[in-house]
Amino acid sequence: MAGAIHATGLVKTFGEVRAVDGVDLDVPEGGVLGLLGPNGAGKTTTVRLLTTLLRPDAGTASVAGHDVLRQPDRVRLSIGLSGQFAAVDDRLTGRENLRMIGELYGLGSRAARQRADELLARFGLDAAADRVSSTYSGGMRRRLDLAGALVLHPPVLFLDEPSVGLDPTSRLMLWDAIEGLVAQGMTLLLTTQYLEEADRLARDIAVVDHGRIIARGTPRDMKTQAGGQRIELVVAWPEQLEPAVALLDRFGTRKPEADRPRSTVSVPVDGGVRLLTEVIAALDASGIEITDIGLRRPTLDEVFLALTEERQPEPVGTAAATDSPWEKTS
Amino acid sequence: MTVPAAAPVPTLKPGSAAKALRDVLVITRRNLTRTIRIPEVIVLALVQPVVFVLLFAYIFAGSFSLPGAEGASAYREYMMPGFFAQTIAFATASNSSVSMANDVHSGMTDRFRSLPMARGALLTGRTLADMVQNSVVMVVMVLCALMVGWRIHHGVLRAAAAFALLLLMGYALSWVGVVIGLTVRAPEAAASSNFLWLFPLTFLSNAFVAPSTLPTVLRWAAEWNPLSATVQAVRELFGNPGVVDGGPWPTQHPVLVSLTWSIVIAVTARALAGRRYRAAGA
Repeated sequence: MAGAIHATGLVKTFGEVRAVDGVDLDVPEGGVLGLLGPNGAGKTTTVRLLTTLLRPDAGTASVAGHDVLRQPDRVRLSIGLSGQFAAVDDRLTGRENLRMIGELYGLGSRAARQRADELLARFGLDAAADRVSSTYSGGMRRRLDLAGALVLHPPVLFLDEPSVGLDPTSRLMLWDAIEGLVAQGMTLLLTTQYLEEADRLARDIAVVDHGRIIARGTPRDMKTQAGGQRIELVVAWPEQLEPAVALLDRFGTRKPEADRPRSTVSVPVDGGVRLLTEVIAALDASGIEITDIGLRRPTLDEVFLALTEERQPEPVGTAAATDSPWEKTS
Repeated sequence: MTVPAAAPVPTLKPGSAAKALRDVLVITRRNLTRTIRIPEVIVLALVQPVVFVLLFAYIFAGSFSLPGAEGASAYREYMMPGFFAQTIAFATASNSSVSMANDVHSGMTDRFRSLPMARGALLTGRTLADMVQNSVVMVVMVLCALMVGWRIHHGVLRAAAAFALLLLMGYALSWVGVVIGLTVRAPEAAASSNFLWLFPLTFLSNAFVAPSTLPTVLRWAAEWNPLSATVQAVRELFGNPGVVDGGPWPTQHPVLVSLTWSIVIAVTARALAGRRYRAAGA
């Protein structure tokens, strides 16, 4: 219970828009849930409801065993929040920012200062500790923001789009830091529009669209769900394409598809690596030469697009529909 | 990259009075640090009133005549309490409204609201920081006033009471600024909205002219204006010209009226600000 997140039937409306429309969540202690969805899907609003920044119109939620409505201060002592909307003070130095957050958590001045120094060192910010944070790069500011969320080393961490706008190096550094925290047993709920990020950091994924969760599972489940595995091979000689199609037909769950210009054949299968070795042996026996063969799952991108496209015909004009899913920031 | 798990344990409990006091002080210090980081804001805010004091003292004072106290030097002493009140009003209201709007729109309020902070500490810390800044503004204005010939005539105690009344009025207006800052949708709007109410408040008053010279409706407004009451009270306490016998009730009891106005404005605006701040999470 100490680090778990539970939510049942969360609803939040802003005027006409149902930003969150009946969300149920269950993240066990030490779990990592990625909320995946386009801009305006309701991810951020869900985080704001769980972190006591917003009161739900309906539904209940508890974080680390504390009710978000009845015990907001206890929830606040158990969580760290970092991301696109929780800022650092641009006119304070990195050190002053962390000290202030420590003091507002209720630490004594000395403990707050000591913790600030520790975190600055851990996040590679000690050289810049006494510079005003407006002079920081985007990556440094994000690390300072994350450090601010970790002042009490809370059991539960919320990260709202942690890597939006970061360059690849900064993103990898941030992911490393986050993985380190998860390895230490911290419960994590993160929102992201990047499938790569969800794939790398999250053990469970919930796809959110128009305020509802439209799919959930592990990244692997989701990929299986969206079409399972395929065997894909490239023949060395174009004239062997037809024999290859005929051969794969014996192993596939559906008709193989041939891509003539690329000399490629692919077929959905249901047998994994064992089947792959059988196919290779059969190809060998019939003298079909190949340059490449592989067992491939659909990428999360394909899953995501398949899931959200089903719901495309929405009236234009709602907040969700006017946002392009692939804008960098919301 | 790992983070030490041996996290410190809070010593102050959320909800306790000690925690609330600490939160207010931490936020006040943060706001003052922000001001010190960009001192030109406060310096530039002082240039305009200083220029106006010099302008009025050396160019206009000769042509204004004051009932009962003739001459340019009498007008200089008359106008200074008006400038004190006007400068405090402008400085405090623009500072609090713009800073508050900035905090909302930069995401700082979300950061603070995710922490186990005392309710209202962010707002109270804003107004206390404004009070400290107002005191600095006051010192500069007093030096400027002494230069143009303004003097304290009734002793230190009454003068201290006068300054206290000015700062209290500033504190009340700072809460009005907080309400505006929490209401507008952009910091720029906070900056320009101040002119809507600060100009009537400061010019439809006894700050620079005697209300008896105004048309009836305007005179009535100027007599009951909270700023007029403070200016009148301050003139009385400093012993500056412009204090007349007779006249309407607020002019006869300016200290009481000024105190009442400041307290009523502060309490009302504080309640409104608290509501708006909570509504941000409703």
